[in-house]
Amino acid sequence: MNEIFGIPLPALLGQLMLGLVNGSFYALLSLGLAVIFGMLHIINFAHGALYMMGAMFSWLAMVYLGIGYWRSLLLVPLFVGAIGIVIERFLLQWIYKLDPLYGLLLTFGVALIIGGGFRYVFGSSGQPYSIPPELGGAVDLGFMFLPKYRMWVIVASLTICFATWFMIEKTRLGAYLRAGTENPGLTQAFGINVPVMVMLTYAFGTALAAFAGVLAAPTTQVSPLMSSNMIITVFAVVVIGGMGSIMGSIITGLGLGVIEGLTKVFYAQASSTVVFIVMVIVLMVRPAGLFGKEK
Amino acid sequence: MSATEYLRVSKLHAFYGESHILHGMDFTVRRGECVSLLGRNGAGRTTTLRALMGLTGKRTGSIVINGREAIDMAPHKIAQLGVGYCPEERGIYSSLTTEENLLLPPRVGSGGMSVEELYEMFPNLAERRHSQGTRLSGGEQQMLALARILRTGARLLLLDEISEGLAPVIVQKLGEIIRELKTRDYTIVLVEQNFRFAAPLADRMFVVEHGQIAAEIAQSELAGRMDYLQELLGV
Repeated sequence: MNEIFGIPLPALLGQLMLGLVNGSFYALLSLGLAVIFGMLHIINFAHGALYMMGAMFSWLAMVYLGIGYWRSLLLVPLFVGAIGIVIERFLLQWIYKLDPLYGLLLTFGVALIIGGGFRYVFGSSGQPYSIPPELGGAVDLGFMFLPKYRMWVIVASLTICFATWFMIEKTRLGAYLRAGTENPGLTQAFGINVPVMVMLTYAFGTALAAFAGVLAAPTTQVSPLMSSNMIITVFAVVVIGGMGSIMGSIITGLGLGVIEGLTKVFYAQASSTVVFIVMVIVLMVRPAGLFGKEK
Repeated sequence: MSATEYLRVSKLHAFYGESHILHGMDFTVRRGECVSLLGRNGAGRTTTLRALMGLTGKRTGSIVINGREAIDMAPHKIAQLGVGYCPEERGIYSSLTTEENLLLPPRVGSGGMSVEELYEMFPNLAERRHSQGTRLSGGEQQMLALARILRTGARLLLLDEISEGLAPVIVQKLGEIIRELKTRDYTIVLVEQNFRFAAPLADRMFVVEHGQIAAEIAQSELAGRMDYLQELLGV
């Protein structure tokens, strides 16, 4: 009973856990994209750059300001959120009335500028960011030793994801957001300041990306290039889940992380492609994505 | 009914992109008065309400609401002057439950009706408070669209075609509600296609043609000018 389809159970469960860790990042990032798309109808190509900034700023804060991991986890998203406000006020707000394609191009340009700027100043070599001492070591789960930090990544991102879901689907503020997403003109005619809400939504989405960045810093080499692989997968996740669905993006993010992890066990060569294979299949069957609504 | 002016619209022009829809609307509404904008489809009645709310493209002229010039205000600022808007398509949100729809518009004045009062006025809404807003019947959706602006304390109500496409018994109920609102001193602008619905409710009627006021008819003059209205509106 220690094998399933000829695969040792510990290996299977181990990859499942690691898949969940990756899936947590996918969920956080695609959630931010979904929130932004719902309200702004902009496909935020700058998301990867904002994620990278989250990690880079925590590294900079540690090295130059002595600000540790826990404070970064709070301060960096706030700071990047403020950068999000600047991007929205100075750039995005002028193109809402244009075709969504312009938003995609504009944010892609923003991503290139941010990425290029960081490479120019910091080069492309990776910097180490150490795991906070409280989360060092590993837990023996019986079938594997799971580093505490990775467990924390799953817990923290799921908490943030479900808190976001709850806020949007179950609260008064969320009702404003849903109303503003569905019919911005009428919602504003009820006395709700929709332009400010749109701005704060973008800031919130960017803060989510930065949060994922801070969370990722101790698990990887922090560098201006760190987002390039991640973000392509995340866009595939968003396409699979369907743009704009909150719960859809969370579930799809986690699910694809797990699928990726399991593929590593069964056929490792395909693990980096499996997400795109799923994407092709989903697009053939449901062009609007698993949780998307057909227009 | 006091004679103070609550809404003064003068030389109002409004555009949608390149199309010029309103060509100098001029009318006033007194506090506590109910007026109706009548006219053919495309005459500019709905656009007048949308222009009052700041929902059209470019606007010029003047809109004074309760003493405040609103022509350059953003829609949310206009609403905060105490204006409640019920759009022609009703604007019930499908992503919100009935109750969330009802509670959505923030307060814009004091003395709005309580939720209990509204549920008493519209018992169907209480029964279906947890249903998705757009699952309600057409009549219930219209009640909801009306109820949610009565909660906010708005004193000026802009109601666009509220009787459209509804069963006679529901239209009758809406008429009773408008009468009730008149006794509570609400100022009401009714845009109506249904002359028979609007005529008994309105203190004055404005006939809109080509984005302008073509005629003003007081309730007392109505009988004498039926021929004119018949010709104009085909009623």
